[in-house]
Amino acid sequence: MSPNEPRTTPKTLFDKVWESRIVTPETSDAPGLLYVDLHLIHEVTSPQAFAEIESRGLKVRRPDRTFGTLDHSTPTLPPNAQGLRPYVTKQAESQVETLERNCAKHGITLAGWDSDDRGIVHVMAPELGLTQPGQVVVCGDSHTATHGAFGAIAFGIGTSEVGHVLATQCLLQRKPKRMRVTVDGNLRPGVSAKDMALAIIAEIGFGGGSGYALEYAGEAVRGLDMEGRMTLCNMSIEAGARCGMVAPDAKTVEWVRGRKYAPKGEAFEQAAERWLSLKTDDGALFDKEVRLDGSKIAPMATWGTTPDAGAAVGAPAPAPRNENDQRALSYMGFAANEPTTGHPVDVVFIGSCTNGRMTDMRAAANIMRGRRVKDGVRVLVVPGSVAVQRAAEAEGLDKVFTAAGAEWRLPGCSMCIAMNGDMVQPGQLAVSTSNRNFEGRQGKGARTVLVSPATAAATAIAGHIADPRAYAEEVAHA
Amino acid sequence: MPEPFKVLTSQTVVLPQKSIDTDQIIPARFLTTTTREGLGKSAFYDWRYKADGKPLAGVELNTVDAESHRVLVAGDNFACGSSREHAPWALLDYGFRAVVSTTIADIFTSNALKNGLLPIQVDKETHEKLLARPGAEVTIDLENNELRFGNHVVGFKVEPFARRCLLEGVDNLGWMVDRIVAVETFERENGLESA
Repeated sequence: MSPNEPRTTPKTLFDKVWESRIVTPETSDAPGLLYVDLHLIHEVTSPQAFAEIESRGLKVRRPDRTFGTLDHSTPTLPPNAQGLRPYVTKQAESQVETLERNCAKHGITLAGWDSDDRGIVHVMAPELGLTQPGQVVVCGDSHTATHGAFGAIAFGIGTSEVGHVLATQCLLQRKPKRMRVTVDGNLRPGVSAKDMALAIIAEIGFGGGSGYALEYAGEAVRGLDMEGRMTLCNMSIEAGARCGMVAPDAKTVEWVRGRKYAPKGEAFEQAAERWLSLKTDDGALFDKEVRLDGSKIAPMATWGTTPDAGAAVGAPAPAPRNENDQRALSYMGFAANEPTTGHPVDVVFIGSCTNGRMTDMRAAANIMRGRRVKDGVRVLVVPGSVAVQRAAEAEGLDKVFTAAGAEWRLPGCSMCIAMNGDMVQPGQLAVSTSNRNFEGRQGKGARTVLVSPATAAATAIAGHIADPRAYAEEVAHA
Repeated sequence: MPEPFKVLTSQTVVLPQKSIDTDQIIPARFLTTTTREGLGKSAFYDWRYKADGKPLAGVELNTVDAESHRVLVAGDNFACGSSREHAPWALLDYGFRAVVSTTIADIFTSNALKNGLLPIQVDKETHEKLLARPGAEVTIDLENNELRFGNHVVGFKVEPFARRCLLEGVDNLGWMVDRIVAVETFERENGLESA
């Protein structure tokens, strides 16, 4: 707090966490040093960072605040009879081995192939209780905003910065502007956090969050469970914001309690008291405010090649406003002013750091139970972590998916980023619970529609983009 | 350590599409590398090559002389999406030293500056002029924060520390390591030391 600032100045949640982690304040000449509580690493964005610090003779300063996992380049099919994993290329295998070697050398815990803790970085870290309210969490991955669901400042960094954190446990940062996104009312049945995220991004615009830290607030956000809040915060980058956060409440505290790396006993109670104090003060000013009515959000599907190109399932694709819209519609093979629900779907992907958690698996299974995937549709269900895989198998969800005709795979990023060999073929239409519908994101020439897990499951059954509510009602009346 | 950047005079390549994401700049299947080098050949790969790996006809990126075209002018909201630093590595290895757009994504900006690729945000009017003149000769003068082309002189802003690092060759990580005592003090005062 500067000496001129009255003690009573109301603060945002972001301000409170940010100020608590400033090592040296920013000046007009230089950014501040921001302390990092938790640094998550994976195989894709870390090798050059280790090489950089080693070339300077530097050590990993806090291996105890660094945690690794294998997720992006990893095959989701099991090893063959000889025990060999079906890596897409030798280079992918070598990348995984490089992280294994770097973690062993620097004393960093790695949730590797033989670990029950392994999973997509943004699924496994919260599951293990590594992610806690009030932290600064970073990772060389733009979906790090996921951890903001716990009231942490969590954002993606580049590989040079991965090196900075490895060597100093800090980042050079200037404070971003703050935007509050308030979603009033309650979501209607059959509408999920993913639909809310797509509706918010459609409202803010793809680059609309650039330069801002988001806080999600309002009755509909409070009403989400922790997994829903993770889905919501995960997509913050798709509006251009580096981070998004939700103030901790009783749900947050209970979710963290008892997890492997969470504080225990009295230490937990003290931490919980501190966590619950992390909220935006009445009267705190935001640089921008956005408001949505949660009760008006319907199941969403994208029609274009940016995540903000979302509309209610069954609504017509819009008339193009510019050349970019025209290019997007043309790439997707959709017609202006016509619903996208009439097109046959080739692939359905259920998984990713956005929607690879247990509630997502249940939402999809509830619709697929006792039904068959439409002939000709390839359906891949990929749990977000070994823990999700085990829990889903314990509930028999894997059998629900395979009986319906879907593939049940091993945990990983899989077809969301399509760098492990799980790819959509050129020209195919893929309906996906992941986070990006860019041209070629799921494979060269792949056409991607972003939806919720329930909508993905309904689509798998129908063979075209479908509103999950029709299926959910049938279940309810059965 | 990035190459210093002071003044650059070069021709432009124009990619007018809005929201060119980092998956376009370098598709994910090229990210299994463990080094920074040699990514230029994969830059905009799916825009430049057919499925069989043969170059597509009529694509400027395949024919232009990269040595004399070191400035990329791109549509609004450039380099959104994934945080992959492979994007600036690929652009630099291809031959670009500067990118000009109306808006450039936060993470890319930070990554680019650390590697000596200068991201420059300009107003809509300047942007439209540059979009309309592919191959124009521009001068990017970081010492004076000026972009000059034809008879136009436009100011731009670069975060002051990043600017100093580029002009004077100040090393980010070295600068941080010099401040490690402050980090140790912060850890001690906040109960964040190693167990």
